[in-house]
Amino acid sequence: MNDMRDLYEELILDHNRNPRNYPKKPTDCNCTAHGHNPLCGDEFIVNLTVEDGVIKDIGFEGAGCAISTASASLMTEAIIGMRVEEAEKLFGEVRHLLTDDDENEQQEHGDEEVLGKLSVLKGVKEYPMRVKCATLAWHTMHAALLGDKDTTTE
Amino acid sequence: MNSNPHMLEQNFRPDTEQALDLQALRADFPALHQEVRGHPLVYLDNGATSQKPRSVIDAIRHYYERDNSNVHRGVHTLSERATLAYEGVRKKVRNFFNAASIREIVFVRGTTEAINLVAQSYGRPRFSTGDEILITEMEHHSNIVPWQLLCQQTGATLKVVPFNEAGELDLDAYHELLGPRTRLVAVVHVSNSLGTVNPVAELIAAAHQLDVPVLVDGAQAVAHRKVDVQALDCDFYTCSGHKLFAPTGIGVLYAKEALLADMEPYQGGGDMISRVSFEETRYNDLPYKFEAGTPNIAGVIGLGAALDYLEPLDMTAIGAHEDELLHYATTQLQALPGIRLIGTAAAKASILSFCIEGVHPHDISTILDGEGIAIRAGHHCTMPVMTHYGLSATARASFALYNNRDDVDALVAGIDKVKEIFQS
Repeated sequence: MNDMRDLYEELILDHNRNPRNYPKKPTDCNCTAHGHNPLCGDEFIVNLTVEDGVIKDIGFEGAGCAISTASASLMTEAIIGMRVEEAEKLFGEVRHLLTDDDENEQQEHGDEEVLGKLSVLKGVKEYPMRVKCATLAWHTMHAALLGDKDTTTE
Repeated sequence: MNSNPHMLEQNFRPDTEQALDLQALRADFPALHQEVRGHPLVYLDNGATSQKPRSVIDAIRHYYERDNSNVHRGVHTLSERATLAYEGVRKKVRNFFNAASIREIVFVRGTTEAINLVAQSYGRPRFSTGDEILITEMEHHSNIVPWQLLCQQTGATLKVVPFNEAGELDLDAYHELLGPRTRLVAVVHVSNSLGTVNPVAELIAAAHQLDVPVLVDGAQAVAHRKVDVQALDCDFYTCSGHKLFAPTGIGVLYAKEALLADMEPYQGGGDMISRVSFEETRYNDLPYKFEAGTPNIAGVIGLGAALDYLEPLDMTAIGAHEDELLHYATTQLQALPGIRLIGTAAAKASILSFCIEGVHPHDISTILDGEGIAIRAGHHCTMPVMTHYGLSATARASFALYNNRDDVDALVAGIDKVKEIFQS
């Protein structure tokens, strides 16, 4: 029970109940992608307005589990106003938080200062089958910025 | 929600728990006796795969330790032992399904391969534009996609029998769709996502009136019901060993001998031939014509051990025990607010799919796992069924002979935890 609370922290439950920037497609949206986790059927569309390399606005649509929904919601809050390369760097931090990604071996964990609220996702690391849930929106955001229309976490 | 409180009443036999010595049965399955995340394992994912009794594990081990050798070729002692054991299992499978002959028993990797074999060896040389293959809306992807591939290859068309809100086939639609263009019916015996037991004997009889052969996907049925292929009069029956307490990677295609004799080989290679030259190859007798290459010998031996395990147990008693358990679980879950049961057919077996309002099935499964309870969450490889109900996924508890009321009680307590966490 207690370790389940480490995964389903109040912040995650809150963002699942009341996702921010959802459902939302900014009127001047110019980057969008559809993300799908075929394993569980989670599907999100991430919509961004990017001007001069800056994410001016962001929203998402679709449906998924609490982990994927909360992660998507937290992501929109975190990257709004960021430069594209900062958002991509943050994706790297999140991925590192969730997996033992060797790319950033020098760091013990994702940098909590950089991650801020996103650190709440760290509990997912204990549930490898759920990591794809937590990264779905991030992969979709990444695909949208690259101009790919579709992505999956398979 | 939309379920009938009297469901399963016809199968409800409260005295069967005594008829099977459950504690003794549980002791036979080593994997059941472990802790998961600090709790005793409650294994309710038998629809995905069953656990294996000690005797199956021992049989595989004995084969590799003593008899390991190739079958049908060597004349040395080990090869003779392996061949006798391997072919002995074919007789056991024949008995288990009451097939007319061992020539009707083809070993395959599993249900999926069995269906693909029938599609390619039976359907592909025969079907063409204008022909129709009739399946149902509740089929597993493995009884959809092989037919779609066949349709692409031959120009045939796939027709689909719908089901109602309870998850029962629309039999009127079946009779309407069954027609002069129908070349094959492929139907699931027990639905893996709804638990519906389809009236396959009735479906087969109707198809046979039009001389249409019927394939039955028995993957989810064989561990829960006595299957008599001659009584059903099915033309093809398919199943996987691993849902029947045997290892993964072994399954059975039953097919009527006359059909098999007339079918093209599925794969070419060793063992399936009687004579090969560069000008001409003559195929081996049935069923070897369909078993190219070195087979999964250990898997077959494990399957034989699983059938030996079941032999004294009586499939009817096992089915009655599971029906009682399903009835108990259904009643318990119906009493909980915010639970929606998916699949409430009058005739069901061993499967309980459900949703909790406001909680995604994957979150249900993770929280239950934290309590040591293994269920399945997802679309169960039946995406059309999910679409029917407007869902992306369900949570599914599925029972086997070794489950008991304590397992159901643990599930109910686990669901309370899920609701507690999500309502906080």
